[in-house]
Amino acid sequence: MLQAIAFYLMAGATLLSALAVVGARNPVHSVLFLIAAFFSAAGLFVLLGAEFLAMLLVVVYVGAVAVLFLFVVMMLDIDFAKLKAGFAQYLPIGGLVAGILAIEMVLVALTVAREGAAAGNALPDANAGGTSNIEAIGKVLYTDYAYYFEAAGLVLLVAMIGAIVLTMRHKAHVKRQDIGKQVARNTKTGMEVVQIKSGSGVEL
Amino acid sequence: MTIGLGHYLAVAAILFTIGVFGIFVNRKNVIVILMSIELILLAVNINLVAFSAYLHDITGQVFAMFVLTVAAAEAAVGLAILVTFFRNRGDIEVDHASVMKG
Repeated sequence: MLQAIAFYLMAGATLLSALAVVGARNPVHSVLFLIAAFFSAAGLFVLLGAEFLAMLLVVVYVGAVAVLFLFVVMMLDIDFAKLKAGFAQYLPIGGLVAGILAIEMVLVALTVAREGAAAGNALPDANAGGTSNIEAIGKVLYTDYAYYFEAAGLVLLVAMIGAIVLTMRHKAHVKRQDIGKQVARNTKTGMEVVQIKSGSGVEL
Repeated sequence: MTIGLGHYLAVAAILFTIGVFGIFVNRKNVIVILMSIELILLAVNINLVAFSAYLHDITGQVFAMFVLTVAAAEAAVGLAILVTFFRNRGDIEVDHASVMKG
């Protein structure tokens, strides 16, 4: 009973926040509702016994991705009212397509749940085998999926380098260190012996 | 009133549709489109975790982690492209993103 109440609360919060994300007039509100949606989805993960993923969702999404979105929304000076102009125009056809898609997908989901491979299965006991969720994930992730784990790290590295390369810009009037020039410097190019006549200055 | 696999799958299905709907109605605003993609990936994650829990197989949760990784990378690169696009054009309307058209 308590589980059912918690589920409907979290599911309702997730779906309402998701609707608010796509419907909000102000993108800052959209980002905040996105955070709410991810928080409630993390609650659903806890109900399913996936505590580690719930924590990961909060840390990665609320801590990093949502803040990144917020940062970009606030940094760019955009006329959001203009971008919202087509909203009413696309609402009927979009709502129709989304409604049909939702009905189809829910029907498929319910059928899969009733007759699929997992039909009739109950949630496993939380500490049945004496191993926690994190322990179980670690045992699989670092053995069977070690290569995929490395590949995921590579994906993140490439994304990081890509984001830096895309957004970095050099301003012309800012003096920057030129390491190649510094390393190539030697005594011949770095020093000049000048004979100065007494009583005159030096032209540099 | 027991909560079964169907409940979670239904939530994920509706969440996915809301994401698709968001792309439909916010066709001009790239930021909201990116957020809708995040919602779609969250729906996929809920599906993976629900099946993982009810099939008593931890692999689904490992794959949900990989989806999370790719989603984070996608958000970072997408927003970087958005910032560059805004610097070049002064707005973020999707219709204007056709400068590479021949």
